[in-house]
Amino acid sequence: MKYIGRKALIMLVTVLIVTMLVFLAFRVIPGDPVLNMLGTSATPEKVEQLREQMGLNRPLPVRYIEWLRDFFFGDMGKSYTYGIPVRSMLADKVPITITLTLLAFVFVVAISIPLGIFTAKHEDKWYSKAIDVLNQITMSIPSFFVGMLLTYLFGLILKWFKPGGFVNYKVSPVGFILYLIYPAIAIALPKAAMTVKLLKSSVLKEGKLDYVRTAYSRGNSTDEVLYKHVFKNALIPVITFLGMTLADMVAGSIIVEQVFSIPGLGRLLITSISTRDYPVAQSIIAIIACLVIMINFLVDVLYKMVDPRIR
Amino acid sequence: MKKRFMKNRRLFIGAVITGIMVLLAVAGVFFTPYDPNAMDTSAKLAGISLKHLMGCDNFGRDILSRILSGLGTTMLVALGTVFIGVFFGTIIGAFTGYYGGIPDEVLMRFNDAVLAFPSLLLALVFISVMGAGKLNVTIALGILFIPSYARIMRGEFLRCKNLDYVRSARLMGASDIRIMFVHILPNTVQVMLSTIAIGFNNAVLAEAGMSYLGIGVQPPDSSLGRMLSEAQSYLFIRPGYAVCTGTAIVLLILGFAMLSEGLEKNA
Repeated sequence: MKYIGRKALIMLVTVLIVTMLVFLAFRVIPGDPVLNMLGTSATPEKVEQLREQMGLNRPLPVRYIEWLRDFFFGDMGKSYTYGIPVRSMLADKVPITITLTLLAFVFVVAISIPLGIFTAKHEDKWYSKAIDVLNQITMSIPSFFVGMLLTYLFGLILKWFKPGGFVNYKVSPVGFILYLIYPAIAIALPKAAMTVKLLKSSVLKEGKLDYVRTAYSRGNSTDEVLYKHVFKNALIPVITFLGMTLADMVAGSIIVEQVFSIPGLGRLLITSISTRDYPVAQSIIAIIACLVIMINFLVDVLYKMVDPRIR
Repeated sequence: MKKRFMKNRRLFIGAVITGIMVLLAVAGVFFTPYDPNAMDTSAKLAGISLKHLMGCDNFGRDILSRILSGLGTTMLVALGTVFIGVFFGTIIGAFTGYYGGIPDEVLMRFNDAVLAFPSLLLALVFISVMGAGKLNVTIALGILFIPSYARIMRGEFLRCKNLDYVRSARLMGASDIRIMFVHILPNTVQVMLSTIAIGFNNAVLAEAGMSYLGIGVQPPDSSLGRMLSEAQSYLFIRPGYAVCTGTAIVLLILGFAMLSEGLEKNA
């Protein structure tokens, strides 16, 4: 309990530091937002008035705290480009990105755990070595290129899905998931390859330890030793890695959303960066950052549950 | 040494792939079959032929020439990135590892916070603040590379600072700076090399990703990531365009990844 409390405290501090950095980063941008909004012909009185109205005259720490408070209550300001509240722009984008990331994560786990154990178990066989080579190549393919290959193969040649034909979950939840399968695989494949490699080496390393020999000497079969003893211990470094991977995939989805024209957070972020729509960009980055920090916290908690020795 | 190098198959293959890619990139600076930016309207989206070994893009530019010059851009960005990261990372790592204390604690906590973060996201913050372009991408990625490098170097300096050779150097009256950079630093080369290879790997991946999104390297500089995003529109009629460009990126990353693993094993 003390452990979780400490980790929760660290999480809160990290959220504070990160949001502060994001806030500051968007304050050092050259150019005055007020002048941007009013144009060069604005009178000094008008500029002063709007500045007062937007709260730009007050000290930075005060503005930060107010921004943070508003952010957590869901008030993220208005988009420069569209003039509508950022919150309403983001509301239906967040579930898309989260679903995509979680789906990709499910693929990573579903592919890598069986394959990792399989290659470790048949370490010396030719097919295990072939998988190793394939693995090494797969982890070097950037997810957006995997995405393009999948689009070509399944979208254009086999016509299993329509590239660019994203279906919103409000229209058809099934069509939504069916479309997301391909981008999810694109995100998952390189990460799964890395996980397979890690799990394999972790299992092989554990297999050399004394407790394994003891387990064998008590008459256990290979499978029993593997699944009852080795697997659990070998999983510990893999969990850390998977946690990092999940955080990475949240960001990785930004690129893959672009490949498959999915109107999620990432696509909006890229548009807002290119059009200099700072309130939108700032809010999305802060949201993704908080998601990542929360994932890290959950991994820490899970880690403790798997391995009680950690303090 | 030579025998060990040949025996370490990963290192060998990684070195060969990376060597070839570097050669191609360097060659691309001096010679490309065509001007990478010259448009030939009669050859728009031309297929693979003896005249254009990889065909032409939608503006009639020779793809092979563009890949060669794009390799150069990517390598240059990666080189700059790694240089910034290694330079500042070594200094920070050396001082925090050697002296320890409160500055070390604070810096390492800060490092942890940064490292817990997907680097792509941080790079996007930088780019949205500073604007896109080759130089800004290099600076952004370089700064992002500092924490991971500093942490590794810190570990090395921490490990070495109480070893016998350091103690005897101290007894002989060598200054701290001299001990750090003349005595300890050369002993970290093995770790340094494999970290640098990973750094190249990450830099190539990040640059390609950001250029693909259109917020990395800007035209007229050719970039593999940007070419890939252009190739996507012609995926159906010219899949070769995307495949050739993508393969170049994959080979770069594969080479550096295997090099890094081989070096780690050799250490």
